[in-house]
Amino acid sequence: MASLDDLKKRISSVKSTQKITKAMKMVAASKLRRAQESAEKGRPYSDKMNNIILNLSNSISDKENSPKLLVGSGEDKVHLCIVMTSDRGLCGGFNTNIIKKAKSYFQKIADSGKILKIITVGSKGYDQLKRTYKENIIEKISFKESKYANYFDADKVGKIIIDKFEKKEFDICTIFYNQFKNVITQIPQEQQIIPLKSNETEGNSLEDNYEFEPEEDEILGNLLPKNVSTQIFKAMLENSASEQGSRMSAMDNATRNAGEMVDKLTIQYNRSRQAAITKELIEIISGAESL
Amino acid sequence: MSNGFKLEIVNPERSFLSKEEVLEVMVPAYEGNMGILKDHISIISFLKPGLVKVFNSGSSEETYYVEDGIIEFKNNCLSILTSNIFDIKKIDKNFVKDALANAEKDTQSSDISDQKKYLLDQKIEVLKSLTLN
Repeated sequence: MASLDDLKKRISSVKSTQKITKAMKMVAASKLRRAQESAEKGRPYSDKMNNIILNLSNSISDKENSPKLLVGSGEDKVHLCIVMTSDRGLCGGFNTNIIKKAKSYFQKIADSGKILKIITVGSKGYDQLKRTYKENIIEKISFKESKYANYFDADKVGKIIIDKFEKKEFDICTIFYNQFKNVITQIPQEQQIIPLKSNETEGNSLEDNYEFEPEEDEILGNLLPKNVSTQIFKAMLENSASEQGSRMSAMDNATRNAGEMVDKLTIQYNRSRQAAITKELIEIISGAESL
Repeated sequence: MSNGFKLEIVNPERSFLSKEEVLEVMVPAYEGNMGILKDHISIISFLKPGLVKVFNSGSSEETYYVEDGIIEFKNNCLSILTSNIFDIKKIDKNFVKDALANAEKDTQSSDISDQKKYLLDQKIEVLKSLTLN
């Protein structure tokens, strides 16, 4: 049985941990608001971009000669996966969920005998993947210095990807990130960005006849690299909102758990104090009796 | 009927400007400046560095400097997507100088494509005109 002093120390240490988790929760909550706002503000851009590209690809007649970024390199051998995680821990299952999703995808690729290449964005993803997939990771990127997700960073990642694609280092590129649904729920996503998957091609805008200036393929050639950066940026925004949301709920749980622990320890402390007092009394009484 | 149309300028981080009623917008399209009025045909084009001029209904005008972007006009709604846009009234003179110096340095290097060179020349021209006033 722990002594009274030990119990006291434990209680105070749990209490100070609770203070920390509480503070972290507050910080995450205020950051979350900002991240959520910018995720929402960033949506019109990526939506519009998507729309324009859909319109463009619909009106392209010559599919054979359209840019490689749209139709792919015609092969399906080398897969590049961009795993986007956070740079900091203590955010619940946020990173683990992405990694889990990514790993099951990696397994599929390995089973079908294709070549896998990985780029990690965010240091936590690298830490978790380096044990199993060390040889597959061709690059690790982290933006520890930038406080908020910004387009400049996303563009850097986008340029790296485009560069590698032009050097024919991979055929298909998929990004992994967490989509922010609400504070409690974040959905890990896999999204193929090269070649562009036109899942909603049968869209609404087919009736429009656009005029293009310059030609369609020239616009597309200019637009598609931008789209890669935009998609990365979107993923970064969603990710940062998810990270804060996840951290907030994780810290909320931690605070509650710490509270429960303090209660339990306090009861234990009081009981053992009472026991000590009783013991002393018994000693005194039996000492008096023996006289 | 009004003879204005809707204008939206968005950059990746936020919606930069949104106006319900503008009379005309001049954009520096890749193949030359283009004025867009109401009931323009649906068009998609991309931008070279230059000035976007917005003419409001009250005969006031605003000017913005853009470095790149895409425009889409459809159903009397003009969307401008750009990653770099600045209000020239608020633009920092030092920023212009830096950008100009960078662009000039870039044109000196020999391994750039004709297209890039063209864009850079445009950029230099516009930036120079900005430093003058």
